[in-house]
Amino acid sequence: MSHAATEGIHSHPALQHHFENMEQQREAGTLGMWVFLVTEIMFFGGMFLAYTLYRSTYPASFASASNHLDITLGAINTGVLIMSSFTMAMSVYFTQIGKSRPQILCLVLTIILGLTFLGIKAVEYRAKYEDRLVPGSLIPNAPFHPEVAREGEADPHKLHLLPGATVKQVEMFYWIYFAMTGMHALHMIIGAGLLTFLLIFSIKGRYGPEYHSPVEVIGLYWHFVDIVWIFLFPLLYLLGRHFEHG
Amino acid sequence: MSEHIVPVRVYVTIFLVLIVGTLLTVLAAFHDFSYRFGDHELPVNTVIALVIAVTKATFVVLYFMHVRYSSRLVWVIVTSALFWMAIMFALTFADYWTRGWLPVGY
Repeated sequence: MSHAATEGIHSHPALQHHFENMEQQREAGTLGMWVFLVTEIMFFGGMFLAYTLYRSTYPASFASASNHLDITLGAINTGVLIMSSFTMAMSVYFTQIGKSRPQILCLVLTIILGLTFLGIKAVEYRAKYEDRLVPGSLIPNAPFHPEVAREGEADPHKLHLLPGATVKQVEMFYWIYFAMTGMHALHMIIGAGLLTFLLIFSIKGRYGPEYHSPVEVIGLYWHFVDIVWIFLFPLLYLLGRHFEHG
Repeated sequence: MSEHIVPVRVYVTIFLVLIVGTLLTVLAAFHDFSYRFGDHELPVNTVIALVIAVTKATFVVLYFMHVRYSSRLVWVIVTSALFWMAIMFALTFADYWTRGWLPVGY
């Protein structure tokens, strides 16, 4: 490459001194984020392992507990998160082609959708709290103590146990449910914080076609959180549903 | 710049695929697909749910996360995550599934 061809890319103010050029810097940043995401995959993987182990050990109890979750809110939240992943991807796209206004709009939409997800999740948590399904004694003075529905009783606030299910094993499901969705929600909160950071610097005009690694890398993180939910939704809400209606 | 810019059309397509996948997985969950094979009740519902989830995740990784257009090194790192997950599951279940294969006292 001639000196003239690389001059622009060498003199960008965001280029750190230990990188040759912007392209190398961007590649290194993406790679580093992927290495971090691998550790995140292993972190969530441990919880998915615990889930798989207990679900295969207590199938009837886990199906009963699954069936108590609100499938409508779960499905809406899945849609909300997919939508937010789409707006995030579009934000990266608009940065790459240098269109600042739609890029900022997409970031704002992504944040709003992320907060919508958390709001719906809070409504679900509240319903579980009211049905006394928060496991152990996590809530002071309100330990895990669901009311069990009698045969043929239709009260949706009571726990409907399938044959072979026990309340103690249902509590295990709710430990896993709150650990996994809670960890996921914490990642969403951190993600919303990172997106706010991106928004501030996008408004200041820091990102463009030559320099957009932060948008790209935080986008990767956001899509990862979406992927975790893509697995959590069917595993926690859907499996066992056919026993109810079959 | 050698960076690949994914066209909007691709993003919209992937978005629609993900929404359709979500609808399919909800619909499939209410139908009992379980199938008896000899003494075993095959968990077909679980398989369907997981196939749809893996497909959705693959689309997100390849297109939203640009892995399809990324360097070989990124591919290696992504694959390594699957590899280590496989080790974690395989070794753990090698223990749990085989418990009780030998009578107590051995």
